Amino acid sequence: MTNVTTIDLRASVGTFTVHVAAECKPGDVVAVVGPNGAGKSTFLRALAGLIPATGTLTVGGVDVLDRPPARRHVGWVPQDGALFPHLTALDNVAFGLRGRQGRPAAQRWLDRLGIGDLAHRRPAALSGGQAQKVALARALAREPRVLLLDEPLAALDVEARTDVRRSLRAHLGDFDGVTMLVTHDPVDVMTLASRVLALDAGAVVQDSTVTGVTTAPRTPWLAALMGSNGFYARTAAGALALDGGGVLVAADMPAGDGVDVLAVVPAHAVAVHRGRPEGSARNVWPATVRDLAVVGGRVRVTLGGAPTVLADVTTAAAADLGLAEGVDVWASVKATEVTVVVL
Amino acid sequence: MTRTRPPLSLTTAAVAGAAFLLLPLVSLADRTPWHSLPHLLTTTSAVTALRLSLECSLGALALSLVVGVPLAWLLARVDFRGKSVLRAAVTLPLVLPPVVGGVALLLAFGRHGVIPLSLAFTTWGAILAEAFVALPFLVLAVEGALLGIDERYDDVAATLGSGTTRTFFRVTLPMVLPALAAGSALAWARALGEFGATITFAGNLPGSTQTLPLDVYLTLQNDPDAAVALSTLLLALSLVVLVAMRSRWRLTR
Repeated sequence: MTNVTTIDLRASVGTFTVHVAAECKPGDVVAVVGPNGAGKSTFLRALAGLIPATGTLTVGGVDVLDRPPARRHVGWVPQDGALFPHLTALDNVAFGLRGRQGRPAAQRWLDRLGIGDLAHRRPAALSGGQAQKVALARALAREPRVLLLDEPLAALDVEARTDVRRSLRAHLGDFDGVTMLVTHDPVDVMTLASRVLALDAGAVVQDSTVTGVTTAPRTPWLAALMGSNGFYARTAAGALALDGGGVLVAADMPAGDGVDVLAVVPAHAVAVHRGRPEGSARNVWPATVRDLAVVGGRVRVTLGGAPTVLADVTTAAAADLGLAEGVDVWASVKATEVTVVVL
Repeated sequence: MTRTRPPLSLTTAAVAGAAFLLLPLVSLADRTPWHSLPHLLTTTSAVTALRLSLECSLGALALSLVVGVPLAWLLARVDFRGKSVLRAAVTLPLVLPPVVGGVALLLAFGRHGVIPLSLAFTTWGAILAEAFVALPFLVLAVEGALLGIDERYDDVAATLGSGTTRTFFRVTLPMVLPALAAGSALAWARALGEFGATITFAGNLPGSTQTLPLDVYLTLQNDPDAAVALSTLLLALSLVVLVAMRSRWRLTR
């Protein structure tokens, strides 16, 4: 296969080293996720050739590791777009195109992104969403084989984010190269990506489909990204002994003791009670309300205990239970709601 | 909004300071023989000095631009050993007594200098002396602006197929243009008023090295009115630079 993009890169910034190996097919949209400092931006800069890297990088069957950024067939859209402030939108897009055909081609790209009428505006006169589209047009105009998007929606307000996301969805669908999309937003992962590459401390911790990450995240951080609690644990006597304290029982347990797993509990599966519940839930433990936050019409409650969990309850339930910081409650989770990911 | 009353002692000192700065300028304007000004500024020697001053100061500015912008770029963008030493060397003419600069230039580029170019006591010598003192203004202004530019612009340009040189002229330079203009104005004004380094290195030869400030100094001995007239002209030019820079600052804010 010559269309495959093979990545096996090692890059260092100071004492921090990032090592990523992955193989991508044309049309792949890879969400690159991970906590701050995981090495996402460093990985992207290494791909673009902006920092030195060792290993292998073949794009469409061609080894480009020793090439300068200009000749890697890699397009890079940094955070906030970084449009040249002294050039119009049109000249920004035409910057990477040579010759007489540059400007007409740039205009066509702006038209395709629905912002053709803004061609003669300077970046200062563009909204955040418009600027992001110009930056996208500028990268796409050079017809790269690999497109790097570094948090393209992070700096936008909610409305612009929806608009640019729709644009991205349309154009990434048409794009037959590989897209690497750094994001912190699970909505981006679910609506734009076909695949997830999760980094932590400079290494790949998960490389799977989007469904793979939602159903079987391999780190607590990934579980939290998808709205679940994740606990490192070890099987012991038919239960899960959590590394951070506490015990959980799952309906579906791996065989044997001493198996390292991640126990995943969706936040909406955690029930909160004022008194000790009498129901059938097999996991019941006392806890104290540490923090309350309203997220998307529901209340996200941090319950301190063994284990400490996040619970999503309705605003009505929160009011009914009289939840407030410092209130003592009981948490319960059905065994069928605990997913066990063998590590 | 409540305002605290400034203490009397501070106010008094501040007023004294303002008077100290303004009084000489007011005196100069007061003593200027306004009715004979056109005549005094069009005498052969005045016109010669003025023309020479413009030539030399613009020449010094051109020289400063040609070497100063790359110097600023080097200081802002490239890491190398001895960078702090270079930056100190670039800044030194700001605080160095100009006459010392003149002596140093003489030892470097004079007839018996390290590089014997025989530039001393020529118009080129005057240009060199003025550039020596004006250069820091330009370099510091441009370096400051370069440091303020996000290097991601260079990176983006690189991924868009632009080489370093093209990026410099199409991206970096346009972005520092306001600072370049401000630095140029300051450097030009400094070059125009240069006295010590010029008289030491280039001498005081009417028509070839006797610039306006030198002319003022000499004329003051035997024709005070003419000296005052030339001084007023230099003051006016300084004010023009100041006003031009003020509007530039407003634009960039």
